[in-house]
Amino acid sequence: MTDAALPVPDGLVAVVKQECATCRTIAPVLVDLATRPDAPPLTVYTQDDPMFPPGVAGVVDDTALETSFALDLDTVPTLLRVEAGRECDRIVGWRRDRWEDFTGVDNLGPDLPDYSPGCGSRTQEPAIAQARAVAQIVPQLRSRRVELGAEEDELDALFDRGWSDGLPLVPPTPERVARMLTGTDRAPNDIVAVVPPDLVECTVEKVAVNAVMAGCLPEYLPVVLTAVEAACTDTFNMHGLLATTWFAGPVVVVHGPIARAIGMNSGVNALGQGHRANATIGRALQLVVRNVGGGRPGEVDRATLGQPGKYTFCFAEDEIASPWEPMHVERGLSPGSSAVTLFAGEGPRGVLDQLSRTPESLTRTFAACLRTTTHPKIAFVFDAMLVISPEHARVYREAGWSKQRFRDELDALLMLDGAEMVRGASGIMEGMPEAFATVPLPKFRDGGLLIAHAGGRAGLFSAIIGGWASGAGGSEPITREVIL
Amino acid sequence: MSARVLLDPTAERSAATRPRARRPATLDGATIGLLDIRKARGDVFLDRLAELLTARGFRVERFAKPTFTKPAPIDLRREISRTCDVVIEALAD
Repeated sequence: MTDAALPVPDGLVAVVKQECATCRTIAPVLVDLATRPDAPPLTVYTQDDPMFPPGVAGVVDDTALETSFALDLDTVPTLLRVEAGRECDRIVGWRRDRWEDFTGVDNLGPDLPDYSPGCGSRTQEPAIAQARAVAQIVPQLRSRRVELGAEEDELDALFDRGWSDGLPLVPPTPERVARMLTGTDRAPNDIVAVVPPDLVECTVEKVAVNAVMAGCLPEYLPVVLTAVEAACTDTFNMHGLLATTWFAGPVVVVHGPIARAIGMNSGVNALGQGHRANATIGRALQLVVRNVGGGRPGEVDRATLGQPGKYTFCFAEDEIASPWEPMHVERGLSPGSSAVTLFAGEGPRGVLDQLSRTPESLTRTFAACLRTTTHPKIAFVFDAMLVISPEHARVYREAGWSKQRFRDELDALLMLDGAEMVRGASGIMEGMPEAFATVPLPKFRDGGLLIAHAGGRAGLFSAIIGGWASGAGGSEPITREVIL
Repeated sequence: MSARVLLDPTAERSAATRPRARRPATLDGATIGLLDIRKARGDVFLDRLAELLTARGFRVERFAKPTFTKPAPIDLRREISRTCDVVIEALAD
């Protein structure tokens, strides 16, 4: 509430709606208060039916809810006492003894029950509350208004302006952007990140504009904001990831309660199409890089071939069915927190093993397949992510292997013989420098293999997502908490 | 507000064309910077350039980015502009 005087007269003020059973029940009490000479002056506001309550003179029509919003109501009936334009006190619902104390009038509603709880104020209805929020946000929006020509097609116009990743976009009208911004408490002009390659300060509003175009719902916005923040760190190095001739792009893994709350898919076809949150969150990040950062293929994006995950690559980890702690907890966040992990990844490739029933055998399969990422004779330089499916994870659960045990066994199997890795070995010029010929070589640097659990309940298949140049000279995976 | 008014999703920067630095009329007495961006074998190319330039009497200064995956640090760019008249940035891949 502000210090401004309330837009209601002094005395008693009651706000009611005809739809509320308690309001209908106490209608005779309001008639009584309005007509008794010993009662303070009463003004009644009605939220739905201007004729309600019948028998009360001078009922104020608040079907536009302006007064109800100004009074910040949760419940009807609400009875307030106002003096000199200031609210002194309020009660909600019906309780005879409290109404008698509050009004100083005895013997109110003698035939009524002693107590009846109120109903929600119409200002609390989701559609109305959101329309109100949208109306308040629209005037705050600072983005340049782009007026379409009379003959322009609304969807083609977005392609023509170079905003699209190649697929149709949702037109970012001010109302849609304002609705998107109801998904966060952050102010529209808050700076989220400095976006490469143009190193432009990006506001919450600009992220919201691109999230609208990507097809996001407002509740996805906190995840998109966190993903943008994480991508635009020196650690993750979105600039280099964009500029590289290699395949990789940002892969977004969402962890914790928010993934379930916003309906992300961690199950059947988790890495595939068909789920709005998965599809649009990853796309929104890419559109921010394209439109705010100015990162476009053929310009700073120099990928030789690229890969379809550069349209969008976002999935949730299945933590409920996983035998192991989730990725964000392994990476230092607390259990129960919501987070995103950004990983510089290629497209996923399949790992088939339908016969291994022991963790030893299955781990050898994973090692054999992981060894081939990037090139079988390149070690230590590129990271990878292993997405283990439920049926493969079950093998480890039943054998009682912890995630650390699995990592230790895998690391041992991925300690490769330098002599097989060097340039020229196996008749292949590509490989590690000759200096490594006499030493064992780990396929991945410490921390260079990420492990997630996701996928449908059926299928003895897992996935490997190859990475990009790792560490300070490339990209470091980054896990960041989603703050709601 | 009309559905035909959209919000600009871009950084709203007018075309960022910056004028190029003026080209020197002559290279006589010029200091030439050689910037290795750290791509493999870029140094081989630059070593040979340095040989050829030095043989022609130019003063040559060598620089290197920390990694090819990231833009040159501001301090490095400033140092090159302070100490050199022209710079050659080499990519070999």
